[in-house]
Amino acid sequence: MSTKHSKAAARFIENRKQEAWHDETLWMVRAKRDKMSHSLPEWERLRELACEIKLYSNSHLDVLLEEFEKNATANGAIVHWAKDAAEHNAIVEEILQQHKAHTLIKSKSMLTEECGMNDYLFGKGYDIIESDLGERILQWMKLHPSHIVMPAIHIKRQEVGEMMERVLGTEKGNSDPTYLTHAVRKNMREKFLTADVAMTGANFAVASTGEIVVCTNEGNADMGTSFPNVHIATFGMEKIVPDRESLGVFTRLLARSGTGQPITSYTSHYCKPKEGGEFHIIIVDNGRSDILARPDHIRTLNCIRCGECMNTCPVYRRSGGYSYTYFIPGPIGINLGMLKDPVKYSDNVSACSLCLSCSNVCPVKIDLGEQIYRWRQDLDKIGKASTEKKVMSGGMKFLMERPKLFNTALKFAPVVNKMPRFMIYNALNAWGKGRELPAFAKQSFNEMWKSNKIK
Amino acid sequence: MKIGLFIPCYINAIYPEVGVASYKLLKSLGLDVDYPLDQTCCGQPMANAGFEHESAGLALRMEELFRPYDYVVGPSASCVAFVKENHPGILEKAGHVCMNSKKIYDICEFLHDIVKVKELKAEFPHKVSIHNSCHGVRELHLSSPSERNIPYYSKLRDLLSLVKGIEIFEPKRIDECCGFGGMFAIEEPDVSVCMGQDKVKDHMSTGAEYITGADSSCLMHMEGVIKRGNLPIKTIHIVEILASGL
Repeated sequence: MSTKHSKAAARFIENRKQEAWHDETLWMVRAKRDKMSHSLPEWERLRELACEIKLYSNSHLDVLLEEFEKNATANGAIVHWAKDAAEHNAIVEEILQQHKAHTLIKSKSMLTEECGMNDYLFGKGYDIIESDLGERILQWMKLHPSHIVMPAIHIKRQEVGEMMERVLGTEKGNSDPTYLTHAVRKNMREKFLTADVAMTGANFAVASTGEIVVCTNEGNADMGTSFPNVHIATFGMEKIVPDRESLGVFTRLLARSGTGQPITSYTSHYCKPKEGGEFHIIIVDNGRSDILARPDHIRTLNCIRCGECMNTCPVYRRSGGYSYTYFIPGPIGINLGMLKDPVKYSDNVSACSLCLSCSNVCPVKIDLGEQIYRWRQDLDKIGKASTEKKVMSGGMKFLMERPKLFNTALKFAPVVNKMPRFMIYNALNAWGKGRELPAFAKQSFNEMWKSNKIK
Repeated sequence: MKIGLFIPCYINAIYPEVGVASYKLLKSLGLDVDYPLDQTCCGQPMANAGFEHESAGLALRMEELFRPYDYVVGPSASCVAFVKENHPGILEKAGHVCMNSKKIYDICEFLHDIVKVKELKAEFPHKVSIHNSCHGVRELHLSSPSERNIPYYSKLRDLLSLVKGIEIFEPKRIDECCGFGGMFAIEEPDVSVCMGQDKVKDHMSTGAEYITGADSSCLMHMEGVIKRGNLPIKTIHIVEILASGL
């Protein structure tokens, strides 16, 4: 009954030292987040507000997005609408063509990842340079993010050092983070200065002002947008917030939740094009309006991509981002993957013990664990239920609905205790992997009660 | 007040002593307790595995068994949480209004909030580490979830504090999952075992002799890990401590 996730997780755990390091590193982020959230007495009220604002915004997209477009256009921005990934990528390509651009410098954006934009543009001969340090490392290593906020969290600095020896000619054996960061900085300086077009995602889009807000710690978005004359900003339409007052609720929650900082080092508001330049904004649907029609899963649209559900998830920490088949891992990724294509991404639904830590940690109160439970109920309907689990569940139902049979079974059950080990702990018994089976009692509670032994 | 004792399937089969301790404890407090015969299962294993419809018959049967009682009390937070949170939805589909969900309590919750016990005869001169189980914490609110910014409380600690001679500890990751999760334990065995081993280690680092909690299912999982690794710590259900000497 193994899933692609459980198999990949097993491979991840084979290197127990690396797994323990991954678990501990992400747990530290969770601990930092706890400290930050506990420093605000109004934390729970903020979560409630954030959830309500998102539910309001996402049920008023027609009004808010048009208000945004009107204000952004008045500011001098050019607003584009993309119904899916293909349209999004085509819009970006068209802008690049218009400006005879070749190089695009880009800050971190999970949306461009979602749209497969880099591969698309590489295929057309463009050069895309990731300017976020983690993303840049991954780009050199030809890897995808394993976490949405800390994309290269699974890679140790020694591996980064070795890669940089090859790519940047850094000193052999030197994996000092400051040294390596300086080497990247030197390499990136020239890219920042010479890129043709800048691209950013957006953490928030403010309807009342028509501005977009980008949160980074490295200032790479600001640096990237400072030199080229053209800036393309792209965001999924659920990133809209009504006004700056409501924006303040989210900026207080985002970094505290995601990285345990009071606020990101840079919170940049982009309103209008630089003098003589162009500011393009792409508003992307790509399946989001379909989610609006799913009341059971509508709250996934609340997500502000803080990544804290990954940090708190005991399964994610012990299986790593690559064990999931959707490009966003962890609890939110399980849900978004199922919304994207349930048949294709059903293997991730097993990656949850239903501990509900994610639902309690989420700054916008997405019922992440509860939704995973609901997806499990759908697996049989789409032909993706595990046959073994189905048989076990059916068998249990049969037995448990027949108390006499159940009681008789319990009478004979202690026999199992005496079975030879090779029969109990064989390859078919997943429980026996690292755990002894519990022993059946000589007499069940029900039997004891019937024979008046309990008084 | 008539109390119907809810003994989930695996306690019935594997840990009858937990059921016995529950009965004796409630009885010792002068309560009117009865055990409706021939109970089986609440249906949680099937539902968590994705076959919720297969628990409808069991949910209905529980409704019939416990109809004559004012309260349903059981020594398993997770099963109680399932009845409380999930039976209403499951039974609604079967055209039945769930009554149990309004009167069911985990035994610790019941002792703490309804009976409001202030003293116990129990004595347990040992170091124990509290296992804050996921559903006990995050569904039944037996203690403050570590994710939330609310003042610390623990109904389990309050009850254990009434026991003479006991020393109470809690692990560093105070309410991280032990990795059981029903069929999760066998569908994702590697992650599950890893979580179990980490959890037991965390409990051991407190110096405790026993891991105790309100959920025999988590304790069963950790017991499996402990026995396989021959680790120097034991598991015991909290009611067995609270009922010690009865």
